Amino acid sequence: MKQKRNRVIPGFGLTLGITVTMLSLLILLPLASVLIRSFELTPAEFWETITRSNVVGAFQTSILCALIAAAINCVFGLILAWILERYEFPGKRLIDGMIELPFALPTAVAGITLAKMYSDQGVLGQALSRIGIQGSYSRVGLVIALVFVGIPFVVRSIQPVLRKLPPSCEEAALMLGASRGFTFRHVILPELTPALLTGFGLALARGIGEYGSVIYISGNSSKNSTQVVSYVIMQKLNSGSADYVGAAAIALVLLAISFLLMFLLNLVQWFAARRTR
Amino acid sequence: MSCNLMKSKSLTKLTALVLCVCLLAGLLTGCGSSSGETSAEEESNVIELLNVSYDPTREFYEAYNELFAAYYEETYDVAVEITQSHGGSGSQARSVIEGNEADVVTLALAHDITLIEEEGMIDEGWLDEFDNNSSPYTSTIVFLVRAGNEKNIQDWDDLIQEGVDIITPDPKSSGGACWNFLAAWYYVWQQDGSDEEQMKEFMRELYANVLVMDSGARGATTTFVENGQGDVLIAWENEALQTMADYPGEYELITPSVSILAEPSVAIVDENAAKHGTEDVAQEYLDYLYTDEAQRLIGEYYYRPTNQEILSEFSNVFDLDVVLCTIDDFGGWDAAYEKFFQDDAIFDEIYNS
Repeated sequence: MKQKRNRVIPGFGLTLGITVTMLSLLILLPLASVLIRSFELTPAEFWETITRSNVVGAFQTSILCALIAAAINCVFGLILAWILERYEFPGKRLIDGMIELPFALPTAVAGITLAKMYSDQGVLGQALSRIGIQGSYSRVGLVIALVFVGIPFVVRSIQPVLRKLPPSCEEAALMLGASRGFTFRHVILPELTPALLTGFGLALARGIGEYGSVIYISGNSSKNSTQVVSYVIMQKLNSGSADYVGAAAIALVLLAISFLLMFLLNLVQWFAARRTR
Repeated sequence: MSCNLMKSKSLTKLTALVLCVCLLAGLLTGCGSSSGETSAEEESNVIELLNVSYDPTREFYEAYNELFAAYYEETYDVAVEITQSHGGSGSQARSVIEGNEADVVTLALAHDITLIEEEGMIDEGWLDEFDNNSSPYTSTIVFLVRAGNEKNIQDWDDLIQEGVDIITPDPKSSGGACWNFLAAWYYVWQQDGSDEEQMKEFMRELYANVLVMDSGARGATTTFVENGQGDVLIAWENEALQTMADYPGEYELITPSVSILAEPSVAIVDENAAKHGTEDVAQEYLDYLYTDEAQRLIGEYYYRPTNQEILSEFSNVFDLDVVLCTIDDFGGWDAAYEKFFQDDAIFDEIYNS
């Protein structure tokens, strides 16, 4: 017989019940309706809808740009988290608070502002265009928007781990003769990898589905490959035909791809966690 | 002992299940009763009316609601409070279908109202319920260029010159942008001896000059005005005139030789009005749009009044010489949509190749 484990706060059944109910109402039911809607298409129609050149292009753009943005976020997120956890300097609290602003700001506001700043008439875009890079209305602009919305995920994932990692570990490694690079690669990075991957995954997931901030800065051109998947879905809904079913079909594929990416990421994370044990 | 524990555990599970069911039931009844409450509001002596409209009419209806409320209170001694809702025309129509309790809709396209009609919420024949195809005001497509008109843009064929950067929204995502396309198409159509291939070629060149394709008309205006992109914005006349008023001296309006007449339509959402008991006031609200005062107000907000006499009072604002085609020249909205904007239709053909 299993031993009953006593908890400080009882009520496993109750809390599980609430969890399952909330999950069903807020996540599973809406997702199921997407699934059911897209099944209104025959397999051939479904295939035709999702393999259209603009849809495939949008998938490529969304995934590629989200990957690049998540990678950039990992590098700068790590530096940001590092400086916030390892150093004391005036205004640190303020910077720490600012990290979350992208969460609070409506994404459309962020998108319009970024588009203005990075267009070739804008403050930052002028500098970019001088070195031959087009900011707004290109994939570069798209990545900029995704970096903006994704950065808090990475910083907030790494911070608690870094806080718990005592600087004495680094000192010990250094005293035992390890170089700085070696210490970083073999002492610090392995500890941070799971958190870094979590942050990467969250930023990636956010980036793949992002709508509000990207539509103003990307230019939405299928010719220049700056249409994202969420835009193609909105096209289906906004256009004269209000093609719910087609939109649901594309959304379903987006869901499947996101799920697959998250699954792979969790797998990598699991391996990474096992190696450090 | 362990047996007892098992029992108490399954009991907790049962409690949890019951609680979940209650919660769900509570939610469902909560939703049900909220729709019942709206009808109770009739008893207070303020009549509430919800007007679901589209984006660019916001300022006009704010002014019009004041005018109408004053008139109504004076005539019937009853106060009416009008709530407005604005958004993209297509998504506004969808919101009404999905349960937004609009008493009247004032949308950009007759087609969007037809979508609501198809759900049985608006009675057939609404198009003839009010004058001029139920369009109290119209608008058309014009060009907005930067002051000085450096690229000398006068008509549609100037747009396909090399080096002209055009800003126009995406017809695949914005209903308004379809009108820009159709107006240009009509222009080449009227040229002597043009066959369909030549017309497509013209459109291909025109859309190759499009620098930024925003998702909607407001986004395109922002790109052109705020972000300084492009030489010419293909825009609604009312939006272009509004921009000129907001930024005096910075822009010029060019009316092409031919364009398209857009007839934004109005209708009573019969099902909702019957439920709210607002049929009469809704009728009055839309009828009043055709009075001289309202028609003048329409002109002041840069829509073309459908009353010809009042329109001529605004001849210094609008170019009245432009030749305007209508959606009927394309066989109606549905036919036009099918021919030009569906997946793999003409727009995809000219834009993606």
